[in-house]
Amino acid sequence: MIEIDGLTKRYGDKTAVDGLSFVVEPGVVTGFLGPNGAGKSTTMRVIAGLDRPTSGTVRVNGKHYPQAPAPMAELGILLDARSVHPGLSARGNLLALARTAGIGRRRVDEVIELAGLGEVAGTRAGGFSLGMGQRLGVAAALLGQPQTVVLDEPVNGLDPDGVRWIRLLLKSLAAEGRTVFVSSHLMSEMAQTATRLVVLGRGKLITEASVEDFTGHATTAGVLIRTPEPVRLGQLLAAPGITVTNDGTDVLRVSGITAEQIGTAAWRAHLPVYELTPTHASLEEAFMQVTRDSIEYHAGATR
Amino acid sequence: MSAVMETRPVSAHKAPAPVTVAGPVTQIRVVRSEWTKLRALRSTRWSALSAVVLIVGLGAAIAGSGTAYHISAVNSAAKGVSAALLGVLFAQLVVGVVGVLTFSGEYGTGMIRATLAVVPARLPVLWAKLVVLTGLVLPVTLLCAFADFFTATALNSARGGSVISLTDPGVLRTVVGASLYLTVVVVIAVALGALLRKTAAGLSVFAAVFFVIPIVVNALPHKITGFAPYLPSNSGGVLWGDPLSTTNALSPWTGFACLCGYAVVLTGLAAWRLRRRDA
Repeated sequence: MIEIDGLTKRYGDKTAVDGLSFVVEPGVVTGFLGPNGAGKSTTMRVIAGLDRPTSGTVRVNGKHYPQAPAPMAELGILLDARSVHPGLSARGNLLALARTAGIGRRRVDEVIELAGLGEVAGTRAGGFSLGMGQRLGVAAALLGQPQTVVLDEPVNGLDPDGVRWIRLLLKSLAAEGRTVFVSSHLMSEMAQTATRLVVLGRGKLITEASVEDFTGHATTAGVLIRTPEPVRLGQLLAAPGITVTNDGTDVLRVSGITAEQIGTAAWRAHLPVYELTPTHASLEEAFMQVTRDSIEYHAGATR
Repeated sequence: MSAVMETRPVSAHKAPAPVTVAGPVTQIRVVRSEWTKLRALRSTRWSALSAVVLIVGLGAAIAGSGTAYHISAVNSAAKGVSAALLGVLFAQLVVGVVGVLTFSGEYGTGMIRATLAVVPARLPVLWAKLVVLTGLVLPVTLLCAFADFFTATALNSARGGSVISLTDPGVLRTVVGASLYLTVVVVIAVALGALLRKTAAGLSVFAAVFFVIPIVVNALPHKITGFAPYLPSNSGGVLWGDPLSTTNALSPWTGFACLCGYAVVLTGLAAWRLRRRDA
């Protein structure tokens, strides 16, 4: 479990994270979303104790992480920037980390296999591709079988096979009762993997919700209508606050009005309707919408 | 802010704490970790090899060329040994590079984040790096200094020079002192790397303190060079009779204590910065 309470982090006069509070529960995958510069990586660095909070507290599994007696049992972290020694092999990098917690070679070989690095384990990490580097970073995060796993953009640079691997890995970690907190800018990926979301914009919490709630409440959620009279029905529904789009086929996409209202209106106008389906916004649309709001809000506030 | 959703997290999955293989961090374990890194890096082997070549090779070259060394009223046995240890001046550059890179290399590659994330208390990392580096530099340079002594004195006596023994006044101190000097130099270099974090900055400061400033100070008028004996290279140089150091105002062990003082102060500052600043 990760508990963040009133976290503020400033670098000089730049505020990277501003009064952030949220909880990441164990047992589910929690996605961490936000545009570039929203403060995701800063938050993760503070969780790992690499950066000190300007104010506020961060607890990992109920403890202050820098004082945890067995840190690798508490937290495994993959940071966005590379954090391996290019002069050491994959195995050498992992072994050096493992030694600090008395973890043996067998576990090191285990995570090497798990991450699919078996063939390059003895190769110097300096020559690794981005994808290989990511796999090595994930292997390092899993080394101590930590209770909480924090991964910053784990699918960055991974091939489709690797993306699938991460997806299954995150779900199985959560199923084991671990806390899994993962940031990504790939919304579609997050929609398939995460159960809960924490959305950040300009260093502030925008929302903390389940993926379902997040996409369901976004105002771009709408209704799909299939009708032989798309033009007439479109004109009938057009009103302020309601958007109607028609791509020239018999399908209309309408937002700002419920399926019930559409059905009643169509029935009254004697317009046939073959299909009437409420749609959720894609996570990507929902995300764009909430973050756009936050950016406008802040831009207005600073002038 | 139209889409703020006030939803609390779903009830926590109540599972027993997952199994883990990770034990507590101890100082010994962090030392093992640092040794794993140091041993696996190619640069360590190259540096050790070059230290051997510089000290022993240069000593043999000096003893085997020019006129043989004869002990006299002005040329003590220890002074002759010091001359054959000239390579220590070059080896200190190697030792400095290795020391500075210990931290700056990790900051440069980003590995420091992985290192400090698994040892969030941080200070054990500094102590471990100092332990493994001094544990490497002390025996290697001690071996080099003795090898240099035996090679150079054998060559000198074979060429008709005086026989110099380890029991001659100041000789043992000079040989061991060369190794002690380099060991404290590596501590200073590690601290500089931790303080400055950038390899270029660390090496520049190191080179300035140990090579440039002593030469510049030598060229200055005597009135304003009262501090010259207290420069790290001069104070430490007295212990092994640095042939280039012209100031001998301090006694060997006082000078060495002064050098150790610099190492302690710099290590303290490095520890403070490592604890306080973001990684």
